[in-house]
Amino acid sequence: MRAYLVFEDGEVFPGTWIGTPREVPGEVVFTTGMTGFPGVMTDPAHAGQIVTFTYPLIGNCGPALEGVDQDLPRCAGVVVSGLCEEEGVGDWLDRHGVPGITGVDTRKVVRKVRKSGAIRGMISSTPTLRVKTWPANCSLQWVTETTVQDRIQLPAPSPEAPHLVLIDLGTDTSTLEHLRRQGCRVTVVPFSTPPGEIKQLAPEGLLFSGGPGDPKALLPFLKGWQALLLHRIPTLGVGLGHQVLALACGADTERLACGHRGNNHPVKETETGRVWITSQNHGYTVTASSLNPAHWVVTHRHVQDGSVEGLAHCLQPLSSIQFHLDNPAAEGVFLRFLHQVKAKTEVEIHG
Amino acid sequence: MVEPVPKCVLVIGSGPIVIGQAAEFDYSGTQACLALKEEEIRVILVNNNPATIMTDPETADVVYSEPLTVDSLTRIIEKERPKGLLATVGGQTGLNLAVQLQEQGVLDRFGVKLLGTPVETIRQGEDRQAFREMMKRIGEPVTKGKTVSTTEEALHFAESIGYPVMIRPAYTLGGFGGGTAGNEAELTRVARQGLAASPIGQILVEENIRGWKEIEYEMMRDSADTCIAVCNMENIDPVGVHTGDSLVTAPTQTLTDGQCRLLHSVACKVIRELQVIGGCNIQFAVHPDTGDYRIIEVNPRVSRSSALASKATGYPIARLAAKVSIGYRLDECLNPVTGHTFASFEPALDYVAVKLPCWPFNKFPDGDRSLGTRMKATGEVMALGRNLETALYKGIRSLDQNRDTLLQPEFGKWSDGELEKGLTQPDDRRLFVLAEAFRRGWKLEDLHRLTAIHPWFLRRIRDMVALENEMASLSWEDLSDDQLMHAKEKGVADSALAGWLSVDEGKIRERLHRIGRHPSYKWVDTCAGEFEAESPYFYSSWQGDDEVPSPKEGRRVLVLGAGPIRIGQGIEFDYCSVHGAKSLKKQGVTSVVVNNNPETVSTDYAIADRLYFEPLTVEDVLRVAEKEQVDGVLVQYGGQTAVQLVRGLEEAGLSILGTSADIIDSVEDRRRFYSLLRELEIPHIPGMTANTLQEALQAADQLGYPLLLRPSYVIGGQGMQVVRKQEQLEAAMTRYLRSLPEQAYPILLDRFVEGMEVEVDAVTDGKDLLIPTVVQHVERAGVHSGDSLSILAAPHLSEKQRETVVEFTGRIARALSHAGLINIQFVVEGETVYVLEVNPRASRTIPVISKVTGLPLVEWATRVQLGESLASFAPLGLQPAPPRWAVKGPVFSTPKLPGVDPALGPEMRSTGEVLGLGGTLEEAMAKVLPLAFNGPLPPVTAGTRLFLSISDDSGETGEWASLLIRQGIRLFATPRTAEVLGKRRQVPVETVTPDRWEDWFRQGGPSLLFSPATGGEGQEGFRLRQMALEWEVPCFTSPDTLQWWIRIGRAGKPKDVPVIPLYRTKEKEVVWG
Repeated sequence: MRAYLVFEDGEVFPGTWIGTPREVPGEVVFTTGMTGFPGVMTDPAHAGQIVTFTYPLIGNCGPALEGVDQDLPRCAGVVVSGLCEEEGVGDWLDRHGVPGITGVDTRKVVRKVRKSGAIRGMISSTPTLRVKTWPANCSLQWVTETTVQDRIQLPAPSPEAPHLVLIDLGTDTSTLEHLRRQGCRVTVVPFSTPPGEIKQLAPEGLLFSGGPGDPKALLPFLKGWQALLLHRIPTLGVGLGHQVLALACGADTERLACGHRGNNHPVKETETGRVWITSQNHGYTVTASSLNPAHWVVTHRHVQDGSVEGLAHCLQPLSSIQFHLDNPAAEGVFLRFLHQVKAKTEVEIHG
Repeated sequence: MVEPVPKCVLVIGSGPIVIGQAAEFDYSGTQACLALKEEEIRVILVNNNPATIMTDPETADVVYSEPLTVDSLTRIIEKERPKGLLATVGGQTGLNLAVQLQEQGVLDRFGVKLLGTPVETIRQGEDRQAFREMMKRIGEPVTKGKTVSTTEEALHFAESIGYPVMIRPAYTLGGFGGGTAGNEAELTRVARQGLAASPIGQILVEENIRGWKEIEYEMMRDSADTCIAVCNMENIDPVGVHTGDSLVTAPTQTLTDGQCRLLHSVACKVIRELQVIGGCNIQFAVHPDTGDYRIIEVNPRVSRSSALASKATGYPIARLAAKVSIGYRLDECLNPVTGHTFASFEPALDYVAVKLPCWPFNKFPDGDRSLGTRMKATGEVMALGRNLETALYKGIRSLDQNRDTLLQPEFGKWSDGELEKGLTQPDDRRLFVLAEAFRRGWKLEDLHRLTAIHPWFLRRIRDMVALENEMASLSWEDLSDDQLMHAKEKGVADSALAGWLSVDEGKIRERLHRIGRHPSYKWVDTCAGEFEAESPYFYSSWQGDDEVPSPKEGRRVLVLGAGPIRIGQGIEFDYCSVHGAKSLKKQGVTSVVVNNNPETVSTDYAIADRLYFEPLTVEDVLRVAEKEQVDGVLVQYGGQTAVQLVRGLEEAGLSILGTSADIIDSVEDRRRFYSLLRELEIPHIPGMTANTLQEALQAADQLGYPLLLRPSYVIGGQGMQVVRKQEQLEAAMTRYLRSLPEQAYPILLDRFVEGMEVEVDAVTDGKDLLIPTVVQHVERAGVHSGDSLSILAAPHLSEKQRETVVEFTGRIARALSHAGLINIQFVVEGETVYVLEVNPRASRTIPVISKVTGLPLVEWATRVQLGESLASFAPLGLQPAPPRWAVKGPVFSTPKLPGVDPALGPEMRSTGEVLGLGGTLEEAMAKVLPLAFNGPLPPVTAGTRLFLSISDDSGETGEWASLLIRQGIRLFATPRTAEVLGKRRQVPVETVTPDRWEDWFRQGGPSLLFSPATGGEGQEGFRLRQMALEWEVPCFTSPDTLQWWIRIGRAGKPKDVPVIPLYRTKEKEVVWG
């Protein structure tokens, strides 16, 4: 079946339908990773986005598709150059109601997105634009769709495991798996959980997760979180959580010209000068000039555009990273955070 | 930067091309030298391979064409006093020398700092035991194995881990000397060979991981501990076939994201532990089901794989490795491909790159073509596509073997049993054998079981076969536009379609044009389109938009490359292509290069104004020419590969510069060629043509024996043979009729004149000409010119002979009205000068002559092809002899090709060449001769034992044999030789009977073997030469070469020969000598 990727400016890219023949408008973005397609499609940070894969063969890493059914595709649509039919990517998308288009000159799509920055579009059965209202980036809709419905208590790997409360802005399962492997007891709470309730859970550490959309959509919640932070609980922000923490502490965020989406993003650790390759998926960033140098240390910067990739607070036990937590680059940050968590616990016991 | 950058750096090149160490080191070395020069570092280069861009005055400041030995390097260091040494771009040769220079205290003595990766690392990467211990320390799995120094130890260990086992020798090139063994007897043999091949007498006996996925990571690390993976690659052939002989894809195709991340982090861990500064290649084996992995090998240097990775991604590894070695951090260096990203960015690919190896078996039908742990490929091609199918089809076309499909009729004739054998024991034809099995309906699971190739790759091949079958079932009228486009999107060639649909190739193009379809060219930009790219490096697809901007104003000329490195068409042609492109630039003409060899300098994005990585076929070249709207095509630099396209390109309306299909035909078609020579009153060797055995026998009656046989239109003298009697003629003709393609006919028969061979390369505009020098071959006619020791300035020609040669060259050049380069081969017998052949194109001697004389032959040839008159800018006539003696010698890879006879003959066998310079001819020869025998030659003194196998002696042997005896050399002989020499000529020789040969060789009996193919010993001679290869005993097969061994041996020790640079640059002036 014929399909078209139609952009808001009217430009049309022909192709063939895959997944569910459903017309869902969204921001068109591209990701440059050469592996891990299921992980990208299921990443909640892609909620509301039509994801273009620059790698031209999708579904070649067959085994990775098995067992992903527990994770849902979260993106609004998928644009690919070629598909390995036998691996059933199309069927899987269809089972979850996600549309897609294959046979597209994805390089041209990338060029277009690169040049126009934020641009929206829709996979459609006709080559004409039929969208009445476009979904907004700065909307609570995305986080609401991806956060957990109810509080979840994940099993503790050991009795003495430190207790973390993860404020779920739309986390992915790989982060949770990572925390479990790191020996943490994790309680996942919906992002809208009132701070008082969170405090009652007696967290030894707080984690603001990654997630989709514009961080400023969460402005109404900042006040509550600011109050929570006053308890000096060691806190880590990741992805969207990193941006939210910065906002909560008085800094600003802005849109990146073209987002960082892929597995090859070089990030420089400012302390050592060492550069790490990270995987990332974000369209917004913390505005460097908005950071009060008396309060913040920029721990990581993107090598390419110099944007803020990691922060540590000078006065509070608070740090955050823009890239994914299960990256070697995050290892040091996470260990420091755990150290703070454990140190704090000991102080409380002895104090 | 922490430490001061040294102002003067010595760079070690990799020397002559051999299997396992080829053109990739010219590419890497050139990049590294230029990267250092950019930092205003004076670069002293040692490399005795003249056919390289690396040894050009633009690349290095001082170049030594000296043997790559500790001795000559020490003397160069003493003379030049470099402060730094870069050894990681000279392959295994460079690394080994660095270790030796360090161990012998040379670096310390002269205060030379080894740049980049430390010596300790090199040792740990190379010494298997040290490497295993280090991996154990950091908790990374390696294959179970043990380093042993005796066969007994090997057997003992194999017993403990069970058969089959793999054997790898320490410190060898391309896995030479390794293999697998399924039982004690096999292990005994392989272990012995491995121990002999390893310079330190060590081999590793390992658990067998055949059938696991073979994965490579190309890593970079800087002094700030930043580690990145430039590229990962997956071998389609699983572990068991050397990676140099494997079909390879980049990026990996069947690994999961989790596996990729894991291997990435392991690779980082390993290079951190090794303290690598620069590039490093890491090979993994990954279990196809469990994902369990082993680290197989670590190469802490740039390599063949790093060259491939550089071309596959656009990331210049060698350039950045050089920068990092002098203290730069990766995040400080810009990636020149984008001009916007930093070198700490890992490339993202949005295409599939496929590498196919190119093997020499079409030249060696008797060689063992099976593939295993020792590398046999001489070269490789790379192809890029938006899908794997396209890349594979382009790769097959690029191999230049007249193939454009997977289904090949020759395999249709195979029995099922043969097919199964071809699948379980892979050889160079594996891809086509797989296709044939699919055609016969064999099940994918069975093919997986037989080959262990991942089902994902098998499915792609199966689908390609289905597509071919479908196309073949259609008629031109039935074929819909959609079907046609589907085939094009999968990379199917016009020529293949034309074949199936029984129409002319032009008709396919016409139809595509009519429906408005043409290739869409895409950029190779290292970043999958995320940033704008600056380097014009492109590949074709049939998907979406052509994103390559249309050409600007001005003259544009296309340069055809030479494709993969083969015996007979080597790196020399890449040298010419590079200079072709560079001289176009210099003339203000936009250069467009088409080539498909990832190892070479010509496919470096920095060489051409526009680089297209495409097959060299009429279709692919024509498309680029149309896209670029070129004004003309330079075809003379790409060897026979380029020349064979001329007619097709001409017919399609392209303008060929300097020459034409008709000119080429007039010298390649024997009848036309001879009538041309008759017209010009130039003698030629009497010859006739034959299409059948009957015709050949008739011709032989008229011409008389001996005869030289050769097929029409071949490269490197492929299939040439000398026959001395009727039975030999019959055998040779039968073999031709069985194996040669149609265009090889008719077979040419010439009377075989055993005089001195001489060759001339000239630049001509059809009116005037310039002859830089005349080259004389040491071995008499009958030995292929590419395998001959060649002396520049031809000292043994009489003035009269020389004048005749020059005169004939002029007559031919003017008569052809050809502009550009011309190569003419002569044979001189007394006062008669015969013309053997005329090649209206660059020959393999162009680089060496340009280097020695300092004359920019390719640049001048390009100018005349662009229309300038030669007399307006260049000196004319034969130029004065160069100030020093220069000898070019062949280098052979026969030790790596079991079953191939090393004896010199009309069929070319050498893979590389070396240049030796000297104040005397003997000095120059002494620097070259040992390399033609893969190692040092024994002295011409008492203690040397020469073994002779020359029973049909022509008479001259007596003389030198007596001389050798006077020198105290003991002569041994086969019984038949002893009969001839001892009884007939009274030369005292000791007889060694065939039953004792094996033992005698094992005990290190002979120090030298002399056994010409024409020695009259038949199979016995062949057996002796194979033994010499196995036991690494130098084997001479021509009396002329042997005479030179005696001459230089008596002239003095090579140690006393001074080191002289080829040239040095002083204040931007290049001074030769």
